[in-house]
Amino acid sequence: MNPLRRAGARPGPAFTVTLDGREIEALPGRTVAATLWAAGVTSWRSTRGAGRPRGVFCGIGVCFDCLVTVNGRPNQRACLVPVRPGDEIRTQEGTGHDD
Amino acid sequence: MVGAACALYAARAGLDVTVVDRGAVTGGTTGAGEGNLLVSDKEPGPELDLALLSGRLWSELAAEDGLGPAIEYEAKGGVVVAATPRELAALEAFADGQRAAGVTADPVAADRLHDLEPYLAPDLAGAVHYPQDSQVMPALAAAHLLRASGARLLTGRTVTAVLRAPAGPVRGVRTDRGDIHAPAVVNAAGTWGADVAGLAGAPLPVLPRRGFVLVTEPLPRRVRHKVYAADYVADVASDSAALQTSPVVEGTAAGPVLIGASRERVGFERSFSLPVVRALAEGATRLFPFLSEVRALRTYLGFRPYLPDHLPAIGPDLRVPGLLHACGHEGAGIGLATGTGQLIAQVLTGTTPGLDLTPFRPDRFPEEAV
Repeated sequence: MNPLRRAGARPGPAFTVTLDGREIEALPGRTVAATLWAAGVTSWRSTRGAGRPRGVFCGIGVCFDCLVTVNGRPNQRACLVPVRPGDEIRTQEGTGHDD
Repeated sequence: MVGAACALYAARAGLDVTVVDRGAVTGGTTGAGEGNLLVSDKEPGPELDLALLSGRLWSELAAEDGLGPAIEYEAKGGVVVAATPRELAALEAFADGQRAAGVTADPVAADRLHDLEPYLAPDLAGAVHYPQDSQVMPALAAAHLLRASGARLLTGRTVTAVLRAPAGPVRGVRTDRGDIHAPAVVNAAGTWGADVAGLAGAPLPVLPRRGFVLVTEPLPRRVRHKVYAADYVADVASDSAALQTSPVVEGTAAGPVLIGASRERVGFERSFSLPVVRALAEGATRLFPFLSEVRALRTYLGFRPYLPDHLPAIGPDLRVPGLLHACGHEGAGIGLATGTGQLIAQVLTGTTPGLDLTPFRPDRFPEEAV
């Protein structure tokens, strides 16, 4: 069942953000993580050591597993950051900083 | 950490060892530490001698099969930074004394400072480089030393009494899940060492001294050494109960930068303190301006086991035969653990300790201090 219908949600009009340059649709009020999930993306970071894929783990801002680069700023918790029109989201490798 | 090191060296000396922990391994002060193995912050004297001995033992352990990488041992060296010419003069005089006591301490002129640490603030007066300063990841170190010891490990068991024979000698400990018999008991309960000492009828005035650590997001290696400001040494030696902070900054093998160090005597109060953490962040960004653009992910806090004269209690307690203490190392317990463990093992096996234990005597405190 569509979760919007189950929650009786009536979100405002959708807008567009980009993931690594690719346009995806976002709804106001969603986090970056929820937006990526809704677009079918479950992993957007690779670990520093072994390059393993990572996405949401705790979903409540505690575990720092879902780190992502938003508008040039690395290491943001995708599960906490609200998505905004025009956001440039980038998958993050390693520390997200230039080595 | 100290208990794990005692277990390791005692087991290697041929003794049968049981480790009893109220919680989990590294659930107390060890798990809240930074893993500093420092000689740089110690003035000549018994603690520095113990630090030099411990540093040698750490490097020997790190050279054992696979152990060095497993405990994230890094012989990275320390850099103590002076902001003003006056601070630098005091720092260099301090280093002269340390050099005479066997410490390697190399002066670093202001114009060479950025060869050592490219991201340090401009216009610092100078520094002293201490190549013997090293680092481990304390939780991993304690766990791996325990495993390497082969000692019997009983976690989640609280010591409720120290068993004694009618004439006085120790016979073991009572726990909430049964008695453990032993001819010798080592009190390595860290900040809670006063409780165990009290159970044995041998008071020891260990008090908690709280410290916060601020943890940044993982970064590429930008801080190469353990870097701290010269006023840190004065803070460590201070007897004040009031809050003191001085910046201590270090990178870790895993990427985050750890920022300390605060000291305050507030009992076992665990609540978060914004003023303390703000002071830590301010101090660190003064040393490394790039940190102002870096996100802090979290903080943690711990309680250093503080004894009134800033020296640990190591060795037999003459008031209770069979009772030994290995606690009260304040903020240096990780670094001093190996030397302490070896000294305790030497006492337990009746060999001459490698260092004079007189300054560390557990019964050196007058009764009123206890």
